[in-house]
Amino acid sequence: MTFWERNQLRLAPFLFLAPAILIFLIYVIYPIIDSIWVSFHEWNGMDKEGMRGNGNPNWSWVGLDHYITLFTDDDEFYVSLFNNIRWLIFSLLAIPIGLILALFVNQQILGMRYIKSLFYFPFVINAVVIGVIFTWFYNPKYGALAYVLGFFGLDPVPFLADENLATYGIIIASFFPGIAYTMILYITGLTGVSREMIEAGRIDGASGFTMLWNVVLPQLKPATLIAVVVTIVGSLRSFDLIAVMTAGGPWGSSEVLAYKMYQESLFNYRMGYGAAIATILFLIMDIYIAWFLYRLFKNERSEK
Amino acid sequence: MKKLITLIVLFASTVVSAGTLVVNSNQSGESSKAAFDAYVDAFRAAHPEVTVVVNEFEHEAYKTAIRNFLTAEAPDVAIWFAGNRMKFFVDQNLFQDVSDVWADAGLNDSMASTKGSLTVNGKQYGVPWGYYQWGVYYRKDLFDNLGLNVPKDWEEFKWVCAMLKKNGITPITIGTKYLWTAGGWFDYLNLRINGYQFHMDLTAGKVSYEDPRLDATFAAWRELIDPGYFLEDHASFSWQDAQAPQINGEAAMYLIGNFYVPTLESAGVVDKMDFFQFPTIVEGIGVAEDAPTDTMHIPSGAKNVEDAKKFLAFMSNKEAATNWATMGGMLSPNKYADKPTNRFSVMGAEMLAAADDIAQFWDRDANPDMAGAAMEGFQEFMVKPDREAKIRARLEKERARIHGPL
Repeated sequence: MTFWERNQLRLAPFLFLAPAILIFLIYVIYPIIDSIWVSFHEWNGMDKEGMRGNGNPNWSWVGLDHYITLFTDDDEFYVSLFNNIRWLIFSLLAIPIGLILALFVNQQILGMRYIKSLFYFPFVINAVVIGVIFTWFYNPKYGALAYVLGFFGLDPVPFLADENLATYGIIIASFFPGIAYTMILYITGLTGVSREMIEAGRIDGASGFTMLWNVVLPQLKPATLIAVVVTIVGSLRSFDLIAVMTAGGPWGSSEVLAYKMYQESLFNYRMGYGAAIATILFLIMDIYIAWFLYRLFKNERSEK
Repeated sequence: MKKLITLIVLFASTVVSAGTLVVNSNQSGESSKAAFDAYVDAFRAAHPEVTVVVNEFEHEAYKTAIRNFLTAEAPDVAIWFAGNRMKFFVDQNLFQDVSDVWADAGLNDSMASTKGSLTVNGKQYGVPWGYYQWGVYYRKDLFDNLGLNVPKDWEEFKWVCAMLKKNGITPITIGTKYLWTAGGWFDYLNLRINGYQFHMDLTAGKVSYEDPRLDATFAAWRELIDPGYFLEDHASFSWQDAQAPQINGEAAMYLIGNFYVPTLESAGVVDKMDFFQFPTIVEGIGVAEDAPTDTMHIPSGAKNVEDAKKFLAFMSNKEAATNWATMGGMLSPNKYADKPTNRFSVMGAEMLAAADDIAQFWDRDANPDMAGAAMEGFQEFMVKPDREAKIRARLEKERARIHGPL
């Protein structure tokens, strides 16, 4: 027997995985390591050997300076971090609303399929389009919101021009596709809910909210888990709606880490500083993903 | 198969042959693209031996793309902007010295008015092809109804604002969502109060943002902010959004560039509109205007420098220079070019010809990093003027980080 014949079965999985692993290493792992490396340098994104107009080199080692500046000397960093936390907390509201909608459309009524697809529609629309629509909606002079408020004799609320409201205005816009997505997750989950258990619950006298809380929801746990994960990751990545609706404004008050990173590295020619922000965002996501994987493995083990 | 190979060979030969000139362009708008195409066509007719290949980019995307293509795969000619934006690439040795083109094609004479903005350490690093004026575009019909005249100085300007406000008209429309419109206001107030040299020192990072001379600039701005002369909630509007109140006749004045005119024409209100120069504030200060200049450069990595120089030198052709600028709604920097016919361009050309100095615009004169931070501060000041001290302290911190201690 040749070496290949003897070890064929053991080697095959690695050979099949090799292309994917290679691509993953080149396009995911290497850029992460490179970003961390860049974050220890002052770099304007130009030729690393070249010089700046003021005589300093384009690329120079600064150690932890960028991180120290971020934490001790950059108010905008804290604004962005705090906004990220606001996104994280408030975008979770999409989940219960999605559940309510899912329960509502999960009825056997004529034409419900069409209503379902209408509710799902926002998820299909590009985020940029949603951003533009909501910007018009909030327009304090000619927007729909201003008309509605005017109808009740109220003054228009300039959501996107107010430093305290802008982030919330964008989060509300993000509900539009977010709710649709969680709704679909719950609709699929609901088809898997056991009829027997509901019957049994009914015999035991459960109805309405008790039934939902004690019988239906526990069975929707997998759907809830995915909804939470996707919503949280989405909130940490939030960028497109911010870029379209406020461009981080007014005066930077609706920036998040991802947007600040983009602004610093691409517009302000501060690649190193942008990379430091990226690294921090990466660490925040890592903590969360580690926690999530830990729970996932624990659950799987207990199920076995 | 044979056909395919011939095609590939043909393609490859057009790319590498000495007679090919690669031009990267950001002229993506409808009228500006037509204007640029006219220039390229005229050049082709005059120089049939050169094959011109134009790579067109979307205007905004070009601003980030240029950094990559200048270092990675440089074209022979790249369109860009004068002032600090050009200097950044000159400092990086990415643009070539083209002083010889200026001398040989007689541009030192025909382009004298914009030469300064293309010069670094006595050498020219590009050739301008068009520029445009900034100023106040106003509703003449609204002024006439109230019997108002064009304000010549600051007191008259404030009085006009007060009269408009009293009659339920928003005196000044502005949309600061993308910040740069606020930069225009700062430019004009500071140029009219502290003059061109001080303004240039500020954009070059040689003056503190806490310098007492700037007190007057912010104080004058406040004289318009406190009585509510600017459009309400302007931070939620882009510069296009802010056009609507003026087109609807709800707002009277707009400090903006001449690129506003095509919108006025298509909205059908151009006959009700007129233009005036930003009023004098302090007597005896030289008159400086914002006139952003768009330019052409030869990257250091250009392969076909010889033909690239012909392409730049072709700006001395009066007819080609006229067409490129006027078809795109701009003014030609070539003083022998035909005079524009559009009345706004005519007024602009006269105003700029009489100006003592020409500034590029806040975000073209200042370092990009500083420009962004400062314009954010200006926007905040326009909404929360009481934070002036805090904002200026923040900007000074940023200036010190970028340009070093004074």
